[in-house]
Amino acid sequence: MDAGRENEAGPMKNSTTMERKSERELVTTRTFNCPARIVFEAWTKPELFKRWWAPKSMGMSLRSCEMDVRVGGKYRLEFEPVGMAFFGTYLEVTPPSRLVWTNEEGGEDGPVTTVTFQEKAGKTLLVLHELYPSKEALDAAGTGAAEMLGETFAQLDELLVILGAIAGRS
Amino acid sequence: MCYILNQMVQYTQTHFDSSFAALSDVTRRGVLEQLGRADASITDLAEKFRMTLTGMKKHVGILEQAGLVTTEKIGRVRTCKLGLCRLEEEAAWIERYHQLWSARFDELDKVVEEMKRKEKADGRRTRK
Repeated sequence: MDAGRENEAGPMKNSTTMERKSERELVTTRTFNCPARIVFEAWTKPELFKRWWAPKSMGMSLRSCEMDVRVGGKYRLEFEPVGMAFFGTYLEVTPPSRLVWTNEEGGEDGPVTTVTFQEKAGKTLLVLHELYPSKEALDAAGTGAAEMLGETFAQLDELLVILGAIAGRS
Repeated sequence: MCYILNQMVQYTQTHFDSSFAALSDVTRRGVLEQLGRADASITDLAEKFRMTLTGMKKHVGILEQAGLVTTEKIGRVRTCKLGLCRLEEEAAWIERYHQLWSARFDELDKVVEEMKRKEKADGRRTRK
């Protein structure tokens, strides 16, 4: 799966692309139809994050989600029913355009994740960049998520419509 | 993010291998149904399913690994009960498969409707 990949084809829908940019990098992009500050909020407020993150068809949901969104702050995500936990530290926090965090539960093999939110004409291009410590670590992590990402982002779309409506009213 | 999703997908795949394998045997499905009614010792189960103690231990071991059964040894008796795995992810996988077929049939409905309309229109035209 080294080539770019598109989900959700169709003229109206925003597509998700995933590409292995180098031996250690995996880059995913997706456009959202709303301003960056709203997308950023959905990524940094636990009560919002919980609502869209876990793809429903996986049969898992976020049991708990703690986020101390500031440089050096920690996050912790716990899924149910399996009780898997993911955690790490925020390295950079620049609202509403950039977030960088570590993935520490896998020890040395976890990547550093950089998310950028670029606003253009009311839409936001999200670039999710993951840099692994080695080629082997990326190979081992696999790309099984490609199928699921489209679903996760569609769930985020739904939430953003609601948030956009609320923001529009106030 | 992708990384976390990948880990989740990998986990689910490994888990599916063991849970679906555990379900692929008539005795093991029977044991699950039995334990759904009441907890039982391995000896009880072996008697019920008319097999050796060793054979039943093997089956219970496979169910245990899949999280479908837990066992506890009190004195000399090992009691089995249903485990924490409620097959939720498996059910979601099956549901996804089911949705695929529903979506296909919905599309088929549309095609059939279209054909029916066309036939009706054609029929009207030939009658004139």
